[in-house]
Amino acid sequence: MESLGIIAGFWLLAGVTIGASLAVFAVRNLLHAVVFLILAFVGMAGLFITLSADFLAVAQLLIYAGAISVLLVFAVMLTPLANRDNSNSLYVLPGGAFALAFATIIAFVAIEVDWHQLRGDALGARSFSTTVAEVGSALLGPHVLAFEIASVLLLAALVGAIVLVHEDETGEAA
Amino acid sequence: MSLFASPLATVDGLSVTLEHYLVVAGIVFSIGIAIALSKRNAIAVLMGVELMLNAVNLTFVAFTRFSENADGTSVLTGHVFVVFVLTVAAAEAAVALAMAVLVYRRRETVDLDRLNLLRW
Amino acid sequence: MRLRLPFDTQIDAPSRFPTGIRQVIARPPIPGLKLAFIVLNVIGLGLNVAIGFVVASGALDDEWYDFRDLGLAVGQLREGLDDRFDPAVSYVVTMLIGGVGILSLIGVILILLPWVERRLLARFQVRRGPNRVGPFGLLQPLADAFKLMQKETVVPRGADRFIYFLPPVLVFIPLMLVWGVVPWAPNMTYVDTNVGVLYLIAVGSLSTLAIFLAGWSSNNHYALLGAMRTVAMMISYEIPLSISLLAVVLLARSMQLSEIVAWQADHHAWFAFLMPFGLFTFFFSSTAELNRTPNDIAEAESEIVAGFHTEYSGMKAGLYLAVELGHAVATGAFVSTLFLGGWSMFGLEQWVPPYVILGVKIGLIYFVLVWLRSTLPRFRLDQLMAFAWKFLIPLSIIYVLVVAVEASIFARWDVPGLIPLAAYAVFNTALAWVLVRRWSGLMGYHPGSEPLRPVMATGVGGLRAARQLRGEA
Repeated sequence: MESLGIIAGFWLLAGVTIGASLAVFAVRNLLHAVVFLILAFVGMAGLFITLSADFLAVAQLLIYAGAISVLLVFAVMLTPLANRDNSNSLYVLPGGAFALAFATIIAFVAIEVDWHQLRGDALGARSFSTTVAEVGSALLGPHVLAFEIASVLLLAALVGAIVLVHEDETGEAA
Repeated sequence: MSLFASPLATVDGLSVTLEHYLVVAGIVFSIGIAIALSKRNAIAVLMGVELMLNAVNLTFVAFTRFSENADGTSVLTGHVFVVFVLTVAAAEAAVALAMAVLVYRRRETVDLDRLNLLRW
Repeated sequence: MRLRLPFDTQIDAPSRFPTGIRQVIARPPIPGLKLAFIVLNVIGLGLNVAIGFVVASGALDDEWYDFRDLGLAVGQLREGLDDRFDPAVSYVVTMLIGGVGILSLIGVILILLPWVERRLLARFQVRRGPNRVGPFGLLQPLADAFKLMQKETVVPRGADRFIYFLPPVLVFIPLMLVWGVVPWAPNMTYVDTNVGVLYLIAVGSLSTLAIFLAGWSSNNHYALLGAMRTVAMMISYEIPLSISLLAVVLLARSMQLSEIVAWQADHHAWFAFLMPFGLFTFFFSSTAELNRTPNDIAEAESEIVAGFHTEYSGMKAGLYLAVELGHAVATGAFVSTLFLGGWSMFGLEQWVPPYVILGVKIGLIYFVLVWLRSTLPRFRLDQLMAFAWKFLIPLSIIYVLVVAVEASIFARWDVPGLIPLAAYAVFNTALAWVLVRRWSGLMGYHPGSEPLRPVMATGVGGLRAARQLRGEA
């Protein structure tokens, strides 16, 4: 991972992602926060591409930036009387302090532990052809049980979300 | 079509290693924690949770890229994990937002400070 | 019988304009133009024949001057640069070539397309279309662009400025991005990702968000209504779009667009023949994604002013219009690539450059899109949503199951390819026919019970006569 493109891409995308995440915390308007969250998702997709995870980058764009963001905007729109000024509750100082401590711990662990990672030439081209084919074989091979459970989970979430917001003819909610 | 090939020239001495990605993921995760702990609006809390899940995805993918099996073959188990995390995140976002809308219908607010009926 | 050629325009109607306005009525034919036309055509024909001889002799194959596939020249250039300079230089140079190529393609499309659309639409509506501004009205798009640029952009008072200025830019980005994965020739794809098909769906879903933010930030009821309708329609139609693409990917065994085109070229079978219902689903869902009639409920000019771009004026609105047109051509490119064989034409691509073949196919699909726009009335939103959810999605799922079985048989069977593919084509067409009829019967549409031709009320003597005809009071 020593090429100029990946280095420049990584620093730029990491900056964008972290900046957008900080903006989600700091802006005064909830909808602006959602827009910055979308930017963070796109930055994440870029980071996936620097890690050569093409399928996951596109899936991230499709699911997060394409669907979950729309869900969030819809939720903001369907709650018009809620306060949309993205204000902080009383726990902002302890929460921020905890987050800072957590970040420090993770950074310390990440830098100090010897991860036995691959370096240099061992990071070169791999033997398989596409990540999609590999992920597909893995999903229908060793991880088929989790795959089936995930589909049942999606069905449950779908039905649950519809049932939750469903109103009968009399106006009775679930 | 070779995967993981670097098309550009290398820069001596500089490189992007696993630690870089882990630190970035850690920072985004902690920002997500800060948002989830300190925002008033339930939807903003959900945004923090989504950021946390994204950071976890980045960690998984970074580990997949920089590791290999014991016999030298490559493994994409991390990617499979990420697929499941994406799935669960989408499902959970849908249900959580449906609940937020439902709560809004009853109480006309999604302010977490006001949703305190179960308090002592 | 005199041959009417395009350069002798003579309008015989007398002028009804008062004097003082320059009258552009009768233009006499320019002398010598006819001869020049004939000579140029003969030279072109001779050139084509000569090129045909050169191509047939095989002297051109895989050399850098093989203009049939510009990717070979770029590949040679890249190798040459790699030998002399850093690998970075060749990468940046090819990136610039491709990027400039795509941007100029988009520029040419956006300059030419409004003219084509308006003239074609006018022809369908038995009128002439713009013909004042340049020769044959060719400068009309430039005039439109200039008019939009010099307009004052009025920002509504309650609009959220940050989110108001974002969507025109945001909606242009997917347009530029999708042109990157189109395979123009066997070696001519700018970004030949392994996940091209998924890339299409993902980038297409980005414009949904931009439209929603546009409608939201305008502080206008009609804009918000338009935005809501658009988003509902677009996210509903993303599902049949993805499922029909899934059928294609199953049979082609790859998501890479150049692989899909190569499959169609190798097996001499287009996916349009193999899965006609998939083609219909993809095409119809694309018109919904494009907000074009019959699915343009978003900007139904007669209903909600201009939908989500009501409050946008000047070049911002111009960007929305441009993006809509550009996306229409991009959809033509994808329908051609995925279902109509892309750059392949059963062997013609050895003689005619493949990108020309693809361009002709894109033009054909665009023609069909304009044809639909000028002919069909607009669907109501609930009709659209019912069509997507209750008709297209179940039928697409059944279709994908059938195609999955067929694809697995095709992968394991050892007969020459055309026999099972022909069987699949016949079976899928018959299945589509049967499914559509039965399912629509299930959904409550019985074509035999309704009169075939609607009778206009004025044609039979007014509303009362029409009611009597229909048997009411």
